[in-house]
Amino acid sequence: MSDSLKLQYIISDEDFTRAGEASGDVKSKLKMMGVNPDVIRKVSIAMYEGEINMVIHANGGVIDVIITPKDITMILKDKGPGIKDVDLAMQAGYSTASENVRALGFGAGMGLPNMKKYSDEMNIETELGVGTTVTMKVNF
Amino acid sequence: MTVNELKKIPEFTLLNEGDMNKEITRPFCCDLLSVAMSKAPSGAAWVTIMGNTNALAVSSLTDCACIILAEGTSLDPNVVHKAQVQEITLFETELPIFEASLKVYELLQG
Ligand SMILES: Nc1ncnc2c1ncn2[C@@H]1O[C@H](COP(=O)(O)OP(=O)(O)O)[C@@H](O)[C@H]1O
Ligand SMILES: [Mg+2]
Repeated sequence: MSDSLKLQYIISDEDFTRAGEASGDVKSKLKMMGVNPDVIRKVSIAMYEGEINMVIHANGGVIDVIITPKDITMILKDKGPGIKDVDLAMQAGYSTASENVRALGFGAGMGLPNMKKYSDEMNIETELGVGTTVTMKVNF
Repeated sequence: MTVNELKKIPEFTLLNEGDMNKEITRPFCCDLLSVAMSKAPSGAAWVTIMGNTNALAVSSLTDCACIILAEGTSLDPNVVHKAQVQEITLFETELPIFEASLKVYELLQG
């Protein structure tokens, strides 16, 4: 895949004010590449929610993004606490977010459902005490 | 109608000028960022009390036309500066969310 673009973002721990920079950067790259705005919107929503989750639930992590002419894959890897019950976490409205986080406007429990809804493929690998890797793919 | 027209609303104070020629599609009210993230229509005049940088991120990711911070909500100190850097148009008003949106709506209806 010679014509694929690989990007990496380090998401820092608890830095709410910077959350969204990685998704914003991917958004502007896709825009420059002339990707359909509806697709860009899907990518932005999915990646932003994933980015926020890494900040509020997992002390940050690393996001790898691979863009090919056909699709974009986002791999969000953290060394956070892991997710005990993925099916439960996937339910709209389920959230373990703290009061602090809620006061900032997060913690509606819509993140994972949005990520699922706006990506074409999503996979969660998680282990308690080890971390979580969320892989999402959006087709162009 | 462009964002620039909102300057006509006396109750609105302009905190930062982004692209004032952006077209407003409709007013949109929401304070939960995940909900705004998935529901804000592109070109929205987004009325919220969330005066933080995360609201700025949501606004730019969803292509809002501008943010209107209602209810005289308090702003995080770096919000205006970040809005300048990201070129996001920011208004502030003492009006409650409903009244602020209504002002936008009425202006849109002409
Ligand atoms: N990367 C992660 N690491 C650990 N737990 C997570 C992670 N992402 C999500 N979760 C868990 O799944 C729940 C639901 O996530 P989400 O739907 O994004 O809602 P919210 O972030 O608003 O709580 C979270 O409250 C948290 O308990
Ligand atoms: Mg979330």
